Amino acid sequence: DWKSNLLTSTQFFNSGHTNNWAVLVCTSRFWFNYRHVANVLSVYRSVKRLGIPDSHIVLMLADDMACNHRNPKPATVFSHKNMELNVYGDDVEVDYRGYEVTVENFLRVLTGRLPPSTPRSKRLLSDDRSNILIYLTGHGGNGFLKFQDSEEISNVELADAFEQMWQKRRYNELLFIIDTCQGASMYERFYSPNIMALASSQVGEDSLSHQPDLAIGVHLMDRYTFYLLEFLEDIHPASQANMNDLFKVCPKSQCVSTPGHRTDLFLRDPRSVLITDFFGSVRKVEITREAVNLTSAAEQPSEPLSYVDQLPVAEIIHQKPKQKDWHPPDGFILGLWTLILLVFFKTYGIKHLKHIF
Amino acid sequence: MAAIETEKQRGRYAALAIAAVVIVLGIPLWWKTTETYRAWLPFSQINELDSLQLQLSVEVEVVLSRGTLSPEQQKKVPLSQTREQEHQIDAKTVLRYRYETKYRTATIMEEDALNQPSAQEADLSLHMLSESACGSVVVYIIPETSTLLPADVKVYVGQRRTALLRAALFEGTAGLKEVLSTLEPQVKQVVDTMSFSHQDILAALSDRIRVGQVSKESLADSMRAIKSSPGYEITFSLLNPDPKSHSLHWDIEGAVNSYIQPLLDKLNPIANFSVDSQILYYAVLGVNPRFDNSVSAYTLNADSLAHVINPVEARLGSNAASSNPVLNFLLYVPDAQHSPLFIRDHSKREIPSNAFHSPRWGGIMVYNVNDMYGPEAEFPVDINISMSKVMGVFLAQLRLMLGVQKTQPPPGFVLQSAGSEGLADWELDRLMWSRSVENIATASTTITSLAQLLDQISNIVINDNIAQQVSSAVTSLQAAVAELEAGNLAFALQYSREAILASERAFFDPSLLHLLYFPDDQKFAIYIPLFLPMCVPIVLSLLKIANEIRQRRADKLAKKD
Repeated sequence: DWKSNLLTSTQFFNSGHTNNWAVLVCTSRFWFNYRHVANVLSVYRSVKRLGIPDSHIVLMLADDMACNHRNPKPATVFSHKNMELNVYGDDVEVDYRGYEVTVENFLRVLTGRLPPSTPRSKRLLSDDRSNILIYLTGHGGNGFLKFQDSEEISNVELADAFEQMWQKRRYNELLFIIDTCQGASMYERFYSPNIMALASSQVGEDSLSHQPDLAIGVHLMDRYTFYLLEFLEDIHPASQANMNDLFKVCPKSQCVSTPGHRTDLFLRDPRSVLITDFFGSVRKVEITREAVNLTSAAEQPSEPLSYVDQLPVAEIIHQKPKQKDWHPPDGFILGLWTLILLVFFKTYGIKHLKHIF
Repeated sequence: MAAIETEKQRGRYAALAIAAVVIVLGIPLWWKTTETYRAWLPFSQINELDSLQLQLSVEVEVVLSRGTLSPEQQKKVPLSQTREQEHQIDAKTVLRYRYETKYRTATIMEEDALNQPSAQEADLSLHMLSESACGSVVVYIIPETSTLLPADVKVYVGQRRTALLRAALFEGTAGLKEVLSTLEPQVKQVVDTMSFSHQDILAALSDRIRVGQVSKESLADSMRAIKSSPGYEITFSLLNPDPKSHSLHWDIEGAVNSYIQPLLDKLNPIANFSVDSQILYYAVLGVNPRFDNSVSAYTLNADSLAHVINPVEARLGSNAASSNPVLNFLLYVPDAQHSPLFIRDHSKREIPSNAFHSPRWGGIMVYNVNDMYGPEAEFPVDINISMSKVMGVFLAQLRLMLGVQKTQPPPGFVLQSAGSEGLADWELDRLMWSRSVENIATASTTITSLAQLLDQISNIVINDNIAQQVSSAVTSLQAAVAELEAGNLAFALQYSREAILASERAFFDPSLLHLLYFPDDQKFAIYIPLFLPMCVPIVLSLLKIANEIRQRRADKLAKKD
């Protein structure tokens, strides 16, 4: 009967959201800011593992660490010197990379004021029933966050952007996490409802990095996000852990800085907010009770569509890998030989040329 | 001495001239060139829109057939009545409902139509007689003793905009007014079901008003139905995890053309639809089904269904060119190892449709094919999927997702199923009412918050095209509200759609980005190095001139004495 079709009221009305989005931003470039990229990638990995698909994640990385020339272990980004967790993974999808990560693009993504030519994967297409997780990391100060070493976003601009999101009902609830020095200053100016904020350090404190790795040569991750990752690795999609557990992540003894949080703008009690409300994507599901009774209309035998050269799918996966094509020798080899020849002729004179040709 | 004096005089004139140029020319020039271009916006009209006062007018026609009224009562008919209801939702929102009811007796042709053996046939014949306007409701009152409806059914709602209501009316000397007043609440119940009820309108306004005022069922309906948008994308996907055993064929194009397209065509006034389809191979559900010995089949229970969607969604493609919301409908054919697969609900009962849906996302149906071939068949087996069964389920889910189907009607009502078009006219009207109200509310909120934003931040440039969009949005909004008041539902919906398109285009214009936040200390830091070196000599020379004048005056005074 229809009453059992309606979801149990605890599930449907508890959180009021039907989909999840995540906007993950790393604002620093240069090799020595490896840890910021590792921070964002570890949150990205957790969020994907808990169910949010790539189409609902906007990932902005200001620099490429995995394929950086200085990375001794290419195509990897590690979170710990044990090298046990490669947070870069196999299927990372970066939406804004390199110089595309600017304050302007970030604000455009949040407010939705993108040029019409922007593809779907670069847009935040949230609606009034979306819970959004926003994670920022990089170098920050009292009231600002530095982007790309050349510009900054202030806490007033961020608060105004959130207010514009609220005016257009682009979110149901927002969780804002920031891991920078003096991170708490960035959420001081929020004034829109339904925002919960966490920061890794208070005003006047620095957020410290976790530990350096001697092989890679840089600090791998920041302390707050390291312990946050550790906490999130224990969460699975059906977990009932709530926000109060998240507030306890990385106390002063581990983090050296004092993490802070702000919940006064949030309507629900943090104790009733599940971690998976923001980090995961638990869908609400209803059983379809009725079906429309359709009489199969006179099915005209339509021409079966035929595709050119179609192999049965079962055979496609057994195809042998293609032979690699021959490439002319690398520039380095050519240069080396040119150098050797030049030195030879310089030393012994040009008259020996006739021995070669 | 005189030469020095003239030099000094020239110096004084030079300083005064420079100061004059700076003040008269320089300051206005600097002001004009650092001004941002702001086209004129109709702020006063926008402020008026902030308080939403909607009047919804419904035309109701009540046709009394033979046997319901006594001859004396019949003499006073036809007559018309107007009833108004006003609801003050909050400080800024007022809703007024106006029901214009016309009572008349049935014509001979209508009596013939009502003499049919069953309600369905009566409905069909009544349609052929007249066409009712969009948004109106026609209720035929049939006598208590009529055999047209079964005993426990009081109201029958047809496929168009007509309903049959069986009513017990007073015989004898009761006046017409009393008869009509007993009829009124029953007619109102029918009208609420067929056009809109107060709860439906409140749910459509759920962005503007506090949640506590809306009932739980309406809130669940509004959370399930996808939000009003100018266009939607519908994607049908066939998931084949086991191509080695099953070679599946589905005639999706034909099925969409025969079953889904009529519904989408009928919904054309509401939104544009684009349909595409895809086939995914080696796509698995993220959950392991359990084998149930009692039915010797694999089962998925309702609790694990929530985790099925995410792993699949990562692999679904979508049209990258549009930003319209997507509704996904997936058909999953289980692999030979895990066939047959059934879905169980919370009370462990089997579900006839074998399908489930997720609000605002779409639906998934599991289609078992293990009974189409025996164990000795040669793999891969060619299987033709029966599209009518599949489309029946998808159509039901699509109706839920689009907000067409709501919670169950009141007891004693029978709703005629939609038939070949997939959608009854009154269901379309219902959707049009709630969509018009939702569009008008959203567009007015957008425009007022945009005006507020532009007012607050004096540094944002307002281009001409934004001003034009805003003006056109305001005029469309005013037209939509006027048409709603007049009762022209189709025009109201059209204007509300234009209003929402224009307001969204204005609000989300890329040029409106506010990146000009300058705290005061930054403003000083920019202007001081520019203006201070220039102003210091001017100010000092003016001071010097002023001192000299004062000195001379003091000398003159001293000379006099």
